[in-house]
Amino acid sequence: ISALLKSCGRRKATTRRWRPERGPGRLSGGTGKTPPSSGCARRRRRPPPSRSRRYLGCGGAHSGSRPGAPAGLRLPACPALRLPARPAPGLLPRAPAGWRAALGLVTLLSFASRFHRLPEPPHVCWDETHFGKMGSYYINRTFFFDVHPPLGKMLIGLAGYLSGYDGTFPFQKPGDRYEQHNYMGMRGFCAFLGSCLVPFAYLTVLELSKSLPAALLTAFILIFDTGCITLSQYILLDPILMFFLMGAVLSMVKCNSCADRPFSASWWLWLSLTGVNLAGAMGVKFVGLFVVLLVGLNTIYNLWDLLGNLSLSLVMFGKHFLARVLCLILLPLTLYVAMFAVHFAVLNKSGPGDGFFSSAFQSQLIGNNLHNVSIPEHLAYGSVVTMKNLRMAGGYLHSHWHLYPEGVGARQQQVTAYLHKDLNNLWIIKKHDSDTADLLDSSSPVEFVRHGDIIRLEHKETSRNLHSHQHEAPLTRKHFQVTGYGINGTGDSNDFWRIEVVGRRAGKLIKVLRSKIRLTHVATGCILGSSGKTLPKWGWEQVEVTCTPYVKETPNSLWNFEDHINPKLPNISLDVLKPSFVEILLESHMVMIRGNSGLKPKDNEVTSKPWHWPINYQGLRFSGVNETDYRVYLLGNPVVWWLNLFTIGLYLLIAISTAVVLKRGVQLTSEHKGELSRVVLRGGGQVALGWLLHYLPFFMMGRVLYFHHYFPAMLFSSMLTGITWDTLLKFFSQFLSPSTTARRVYGGGILTLILLITYSFYLFHPLSYGMIGPMASDPSSPMAGLRWMDSWEF
Amino acid sequence: MLGFLKKPVVVTAEINLSLVALTVVGLMSRLWGLSYPRAVVFDEVYYGQFVSLYMKRIFFVDDSGPPLGHMLLALGGYLGGFDGNFLWNRIGAEYSTNVPVCSLRFLPALAGALCIPLAYQILVELRFSHCAALGAALLILLENSLITQSRFMLLESILIFFILLAVLSYLKFYNLQRHSSFSGRWWFWLLLSGVACSCAVGVKYMGLFTYMLLLVIAGLHFWHMLGDQNLSNVGGATCKINHVLRKACVSLVCHFLARGLTLLIIPVATYLSFFYVHLTLLYRSGPHDQIMTSAFQASLEGGLARITQGQPLEVAYGSQITLRNVLGKPMQCWLHSHTNTYPIRYENGRGSSHQQQVTCYPFKDVNNWWIVKDPGMQQLVVSNPPRPVRHGHIVQLVHGITTRYLNTHDVAAPLSPHSQEVSCYIDYNISMPAQNLWRVEIVNRESDTDVWKTILSEVRFVHVNTSAVLKLSGASLPEWGYRQLEVVGEKLSKGYHQSMVWNVEEHRYGKSQEQKEREVELHSPTRMDISKNLSFMAKFTELQWKILTLKNEDTEHKYSSSALDWITMDTNIAYWLHPTSGAQIHLLGNVCTWASANVAAVVYTCLSLWYLIRRRRKIYDIPEDAWQLWVSAGQICVGGWVVNYLPFFLMEKTLFLYHYLPALTFQILLIPIVLQHLSDHLCRSLLSKSMFSALTVAWFSSVCFAYRTFSPVTYGEPLSVAELKDLRWKDSWNILIRKQGH
Repeated sequence: ISALLKSCGRRKATTRRWRPERGPGRLSGGTGKTPPSSGCARRRRRPPPSRSRRYLGCGGAHSGSRPGAPAGLRLPACPALRLPARPAPGLLPRAPAGWRAALGLVTLLSFASRFHRLPEPPHVCWDETHFGKMGSYYINRTFFFDVHPPLGKMLIGLAGYLSGYDGTFPFQKPGDRYEQHNYMGMRGFCAFLGSCLVPFAYLTVLELSKSLPAALLTAFILIFDTGCITLSQYILLDPILMFFLMGAVLSMVKCNSCADRPFSASWWLWLSLTGVNLAGAMGVKFVGLFVVLLVGLNTIYNLWDLLGNLSLSLVMFGKHFLARVLCLILLPLTLYVAMFAVHFAVLNKSGPGDGFFSSAFQSQLIGNNLHNVSIPEHLAYGSVVTMKNLRMAGGYLHSHWHLYPEGVGARQQQVTAYLHKDLNNLWIIKKHDSDTADLLDSSSPVEFVRHGDIIRLEHKETSRNLHSHQHEAPLTRKHFQVTGYGINGTGDSNDFWRIEVVGRRAGKLIKVLRSKIRLTHVATGCILGSSGKTLPKWGWEQVEVTCTPYVKETPNSLWNFEDHINPKLPNISLDVLKPSFVEILLESHMVMIRGNSGLKPKDNEVTSKPWHWPINYQGLRFSGVNETDYRVYLLGNPVVWWLNLFTIGLYLLIAISTAVVLKRGVQLTSEHKGELSRVVLRGGGQVALGWLLHYLPFFMMGRVLYFHHYFPAMLFSSMLTGITWDTLLKFFSQFLSPSTTARRVYGGGILTLILLITYSFYLFHPLSYGMIGPMASDPSSPMAGLRWMDSWEF
Repeated sequence: MLGFLKKPVVVTAEINLSLVALTVVGLMSRLWGLSYPRAVVFDEVYYGQFVSLYMKRIFFVDDSGPPLGHMLLALGGYLGGFDGNFLWNRIGAEYSTNVPVCSLRFLPALAGALCIPLAYQILVELRFSHCAALGAALLILLENSLITQSRFMLLESILIFFILLAVLSYLKFYNLQRHSSFSGRWWFWLLLSGVACSCAVGVKYMGLFTYMLLLVIAGLHFWHMLGDQNLSNVGGATCKINHVLRKACVSLVCHFLARGLTLLIIPVATYLSFFYVHLTLLYRSGPHDQIMTSAFQASLEGGLARITQGQPLEVAYGSQITLRNVLGKPMQCWLHSHTNTYPIRYENGRGSSHQQQVTCYPFKDVNNWWIVKDPGMQQLVVSNPPRPVRHGHIVQLVHGITTRYLNTHDVAAPLSPHSQEVSCYIDYNISMPAQNLWRVEIVNRESDTDVWKTILSEVRFVHVNTSAVLKLSGASLPEWGYRQLEVVGEKLSKGYHQSMVWNVEEHRYGKSQEQKEREVELHSPTRMDISKNLSFMAKFTELQWKILTLKNEDTEHKYSSSALDWITMDTNIAYWLHPTSGAQIHLLGNVCTWASANVAAVVYTCLSLWYLIRRRRKIYDIPEDAWQLWVSAGQICVGGWVVNYLPFFLMEKTLFLYHYLPALTFQILLIPIVLQHLSDHLCRSLLSKSMFSALTVAWFSSVCFAYRTFSPVTYGEPLSVAELKDLRWKDSWNILIRKQGH
């Protein structure tokens, strides 16, 4: 490390060797005979006559300095094109060998730390039980429902499939042993993506600050953060999400660096890579939306900049605009839709997720009882039907012999909503003035139910009528109770319901599956609905059904007919129902969004609050509870996290003072001005904005939050730490008189930070790599001295 | 000498007659027939009960907002001589004769009326013409929803008044900035702006949005000042500290400090003073006591203070205590035990220790008494001098009536199987030894040798053998446990949580060694000496925290609406209905104004975007000063609309149409701004100008027409069924039409 620091502290550009092997012929048009000090310096001294655009591409030294880029590409401009020469200490590193070696080193360390003890523990850890299971669903092609978009789980499934996992492990609960099942493919895939984060962050910071120490500091922070290591080692969505997220940020930054050579190959490449990564991030979790916002804001800023450039014609501006629309909107959108198309194409068998979706969707799944069936199309009197509530996971209208208990409304038969298919979901449609017997008579003509008719619904198994009255409902006290009433289908006038189809005129027929219907209670004017609340034990934990007096159009009070049995009517095939791909896409998004907002914390549950996260207040137990277990605890390396937290404050201070100084027009040397505005305000600002966008929205979310939601923001925070400390040390070391002291202070400062981080990792590494023995709350445990906060439970 | 006599004594008065006329008409529109209807109208039923409580000086907690609004309403009641004796239980109930309806409704109506001249002034300060200002004032005057909301005992009109006042005074301050910084008037308007902001926040938390907007605008203006190189040299002191800080100057720092003082510190102080008055006024215990901590309750007259007055402060070995759980959810309760045991087998087949139940019981009971015992000694009385219990001491807790020891062991709790069962130990002579040692940990200690104090100390009981923590699980036990709340030993204590913290509420030093005497002693009420007081800041912090975190049951309301319904006014609220005639009062806006306000917002946004893009290409459509006016008007009006409207999309509480009124007010101010801009800059020829004026007049008469049409439901005039049906312009409006025959 110290060698690298020395190399970057090298004094003058003139002392640097020209690197002819990186093709000076290619870059300087074959004039490589007198190697100039650097491409930038040369440009100032001797403006090239004809091929200025190529020279704008900056010197050969620079192109060699970007090891991450494919060899044949033209690379971003060197900063000196926009900035005058550096101040005397010459702290800007321009040693490509150093940059590349450093990249190799951090990548190696990153992979080593992530793959170390990867197979341990050989049992299901934490959310592996969900995502491993979903990977298996893809391999088995059974349909399931999850609140996240499908890409992450598809990739896990793919990794498992390629590595020979057969999808037979049930992933029932955390702690289940994998035995002979091959889980390493999936874990290895996640660890690989997790390891890529470090080089990505390194390159991003290098691009933003043009300073090797800043990039190294960031890289070491991420390599030695126990939290990042733990999160990358298991079958989870987070490493995949963070991979795409960092990929998007890196390509955005690279693309910004290419801004002076628009429409070149590398520009197009980075722009479209940004789009691809955005689609990936959105496709793994909806949190990817925040990085989309970040890139969107950056793009708007760039376009605004271009618009103000009067030397650019409007046509050129239009081209810029269209290129961005193409790469950052259309391309990601296409990819995003495509991954859903793959998702639905792969999952074509009925599975545990069926009930969450509408009847029309279910008819597409092999093995579902709606698949390829044919039923009568129009509803008629005497039909036996099931009714499904239109809210998500709303369930079927259900009744059973049990009565409402004493004290809960009238002591009549319960009516509930039930998610599973059951004989007790069957109801018979009767006219309000004639009985079942007449309808079953095969000689009588078929009479269809029409919009606006008054009907009665008889429960088939118990022969009681659907009934409501002005008693309060069991849970939603302001609604009326719904019961089953009467004997053998004979009840009273409170059994009358008006059937209406949403958005239809009176007298129209009612279609099975397709019509959204509403049942209005004739006597009280209330509407049959399902409140979504779960009844207590007396109601078998089924969902409450009420009659709501508030006349509002919500899916809670809308139903459709799903099964329909009437021997007198001809059956038609339900293939006509087949929803289009767009409808499926919209429906699955609605279901996901509702599912996400439905993840509410239970009463008295101790939940993680967003303000806990940056202070590393409390971790997550990944594996093991007892003393004899192999325990893994997701907790950030406290030294790193508190340094990050402190740096955010520090950065704010620096940024504000810089902005004020610039605004006041304090006389600075122009290098200073350029350096400050470029690194602190532009580079640091982008990263700080990323942190804000990935952190603040969580304060407004109503759903259950977990500690690991902070990790995307933590990546940005780490990059900010690198940039801030580098700038700060550089700035202060400039006041020291001999440049050697200045270099020593600067290099020493960075080195101290890195060593501090490394040592703290040595202390805390058992959090990631497993602990066995007494808990840390026990003074005899080796970790007891490290329990710096009472809320840590390792 | 006497030189002043040589000059004539002249008083020059300049009276803007149109402003005076507007104010008078506004007062008439808001105050006319204020005591009609003489019945409880809509949310008066809610605010009225607080007014009554203020009159009776009884403490209450209202989770809907801070106390200034309630206090202003109560001031009205106080001036009208209201004694607080009215049962606020039903909308539409007739007021009894002791309720001074007119004075209760006077302050909101006055605030509503004063919004009209404020709107006028704001437009003038934004440098728009008097004609535009007149238009803005007239539009506010003729807005039915604002009239309805002002005429009853409700808070929105007061809120809007303070919001507008804050905006106006900031604008006045800003316009004085250029010529007379640090003059008396400059200070006055700046101060008024800060105070009005905190009043707005004090009425309803919604005021916070406007306050934030003003802070941002003030920040922006200061940022521009930073760039102004002339300003730094005011005062002549060019400090040459070094080349970096050369121009940092005293005057800028003064400007910054003045703004910080008036816009940050004074509002906070004012806000605190509202609570100070609130807490001073309400000193009697009342219905909401139980939400507060024991310490807070003890500071109120009556209630807990009557019981705890004169208790010994320090808990000692031998003390008899009741332990209250600090969480207070699902209800406040005390650690309790009774002779019944846990059933041998639960319904689900799991076994229990069959020892004596320990629960948390929400009522005062003799079985809530526990005795603190030193494990090393047998005696259950307090020695002389008392030996106090300190943080970290190990104690046993003996149940007073049954003399069994509080115990926990490795048996699953009845309802939370991952935690340990807590029982009072019964020795069945099976291999299950007593584990009844508990370490006292004072959570809010200042040092590690703190003494355990009555009421003030919050303690955790950590079990010595298993390090489980005594915790209220929040679940209520089934029939065998008499539906009392479950108490468990939590093995995995996740940091601090209030459910694990207990405090001593009732306390006395035990004197009787014999069980029989002790039982008598336990039944007798406590009475001894000493009292304690909470500081104002402690009380404020607790009350503020309770107001913010207290959650009302999520209530569905017949007239609740979603934020999206508001811009198109797809919803209304029926405030009152005459029991026999068809007279009714609705919160229903002036359709014409609402529509044109939306149009104005759209026009403003589109035009601004157009100008911005063109300016970026160095094409200037309008002169620079007109552009500055346009921008600053937008900052206030569009900004005010956005900050008062958009946050509602993120809120999960029950929303009503009246939440939109502050946003609407800002949007209405935008209409004359856009109109004047259009006529000044887009109507080039004289012909188009006069045509535009004619159109404006036609449009304004339609506003008047809409006002006239809906004024019966604004003022509650009787209407026939046919007239009511005619008023139902939108199907989604809920206008109450009686069935024929009445």
